[in-house]
Amino acid sequence: MTSLAPKTQPKRGGKSAAPRRRRKRLTWDKVSFMAVFLGLPLVIYVVFVISPFVQAFSYSLTNWGGFSQTMNFIGFDNYKTLFTDDIFMHALRNNILLAIILPIVTIVLALLLATFVTIGGSSKGQIRGIRGSSFYRIVSFFPYVIPAIVIGLIWLQVYDPSAGLLNGLLTGIGLDNFKSFPWLGREQTAMGASIIVIIWGFVGFYMVLFVAGIKGIPAELFEAARIDGAGRFRTLISLTIPMLRDNIQTAYIYMGILALDAFVYMQALNSGGGPNNSTLVMSQKLFSTAFTEGKFGLASAMGVVLAVITLIFSGIVFVVNHLTGGNKDVSD
Amino acid sequence: MATDVSTSLPPQQGDRLKLRKPKSTSGDKAVGAVSHTMLILWSLIVILPLLWVALSSFKTSSEIFSSPFSLPAKWGFNNYAKAWTTAGIGSAFLNSVILVAFALAIVMVLGAMCAYVLARFKFPGSRAIYYLMLAGLTFPIFLAIVPLFFILKNLGLLNTLPGLIITYVAFALPFTVFFLFSFFKNLPHEITEAASLDGAGEWRTFFQVMLPMAKPGLASVAIFNFLGLWNQFLIPIAINAAGPKVISQAMASFASQAGYNVDFGSLFAAVVITVVPVLVVYVIFQRQLQGSVSQGTMK
Repeated sequence: MTSLAPKTQPKRGGKSAAPRRRRKRLTWDKVSFMAVFLGLPLVIYVVFVISPFVQAFSYSLTNWGGFSQTMNFIGFDNYKTLFTDDIFMHALRNNILLAIILPIVTIVLALLLATFVTIGGSSKGQIRGIRGSSFYRIVSFFPYVIPAIVIGLIWLQVYDPSAGLLNGLLTGIGLDNFKSFPWLGREQTAMGASIIVIIWGFVGFYMVLFVAGIKGIPAELFEAARIDGAGRFRTLISLTIPMLRDNIQTAYIYMGILALDAFVYMQALNSGGGPNNSTLVMSQKLFSTAFTEGKFGLASAMGVVLAVITLIFSGIVFVVNHLTGGNKDVSD
Repeated sequence: MATDVSTSLPPQQGDRLKLRKPKSTSGDKAVGAVSHTMLILWSLIVILPLLWVALSSFKTSSEIFSSPFSLPAKWGFNNYAKAWTTAGIGSAFLNSVILVAFALAIVMVLGAMCAYVLARFKFPGSRAIYYLMLAGLTFPIFLAIVPLFFILKNLGLLNTLPGLIITYVAFALPFTVFFLFSFFKNLPHEITEAASLDGAGEWRTFFQVMLPMAKPGLASVAIFNFLGLWNQFLIPIAINAAGPKVISQAMASFASQAGYNVDFGSLFAAVVITVVPVLVVYVIFQRQLQGSVSQGTMK
């Protein structure tokens, strides 16, 4: 969502103002209108969104432990505690791992599927989609509308060691080693299995996004590429991906922010953080520190770390996109 | 903005296609076959778990444990009845419907109003408000969750539906405002002037002229907000832990039992109960929804 912002900034001057003649008179109609239309949403927004964000920073500098204790200023001690806490650092590394793997795998898969759907058809004549493309789109998109917690529950059952679908299928094709393999209970597989669940939930969404993007590319460009002798793969690399650059950047930031959160999925699949904390993420640690242990100051510091990492991540994506030649129009 | 993302060709291009009579080459066939194979494979990966859940929802716990593929000995809705009543899915479903209906209605009205004022009026501080909204989209909810808990506690709204409603509204507001901002921005100014010449005040202009014109934008935002609010998980478990359970909380209680005393039959039934309504709504509205996706993210 962050990427929406720069393009929709309010333009100063120009036609956006109401006719000048009316602005001079402050009528009751106008005053009441502005007060209600701007005031009401803003009050709710500031009280329930902005003020908690700001308070989190000040809480993070205190040793506030809960409901009755006093709140003492302790400077950056909470942050020192966090960065020497092995478990929190482990969770942080897990988040970073997720932020690296999840966007790449999801976007590559979504791009491939979008390519199959849109330009998998004949290479002669007009660019056209594959037969049954709307069926594929409808099916792929479906996981996006299922609540994340339900996706977690479904896969918790699919991964069930003895009664799950996955091991049932694997033993069905003769791989008896997997008869009761605990996918989410082994340190080596728990993270991978969790990543697959999140990918399953989002590939269809980005596929639809990319399909729409590919359709926005003028057909002449594809024809020109073909006349120049570019094959499908070459077209994908040299034409489709550059033209979808902004969509890909948006997707990358969304998926990265999701990976830095990942709370619902990890909580559903391994609420305790997984074998040897192998799937523990910062958000889970934050939640238990706050609402189980009642260490609100420390939890707020975790929130600040999470927010800072999120901002750094978005910044990196913007910078990388810019350095690698984003915002250049490949069509001219 | 075109909302149609189907692959059908515009008519004049279809005509050109006929004239050329393209023949498929063997390369085309290979690519087509690979494409179909991969797409079918992915469709299976999506559909199979869901079908399997649906099948399992009719089985008893012992049948579920004996084999993942066996058919139930007796088809019936026992599990569904248990899920609806004993597991509390019924009341949670109702709570969620009330919660989301109120929150959605309020956020759409407030968001439209705020976006309208920001987009159509120039006044000192409008840019500051705009960036304030941006901040709400940029920071993760986790940063706010601890202070939010105490704000609601101090207001006496902890563990209540009104508390949840107002929190949902507040956190859905920035996205709603951003999306609608560009819609109101692009509506023609002549119409506002005409309305004002005809004697309509600001209130009437908004509700009778501008709001109806922003309908396509409102519909897209409403769909996104509905999904986002219906699927919300963190906010209810943080500020409504002891309150009337909503659907995601009821589902989460299955997960947190982690194998102990879980009635697997009713778990599967509960999953089906939560998925089927969104599936139906999705299939009916899939065109608009997929259109909104491309619209919302390409703006």
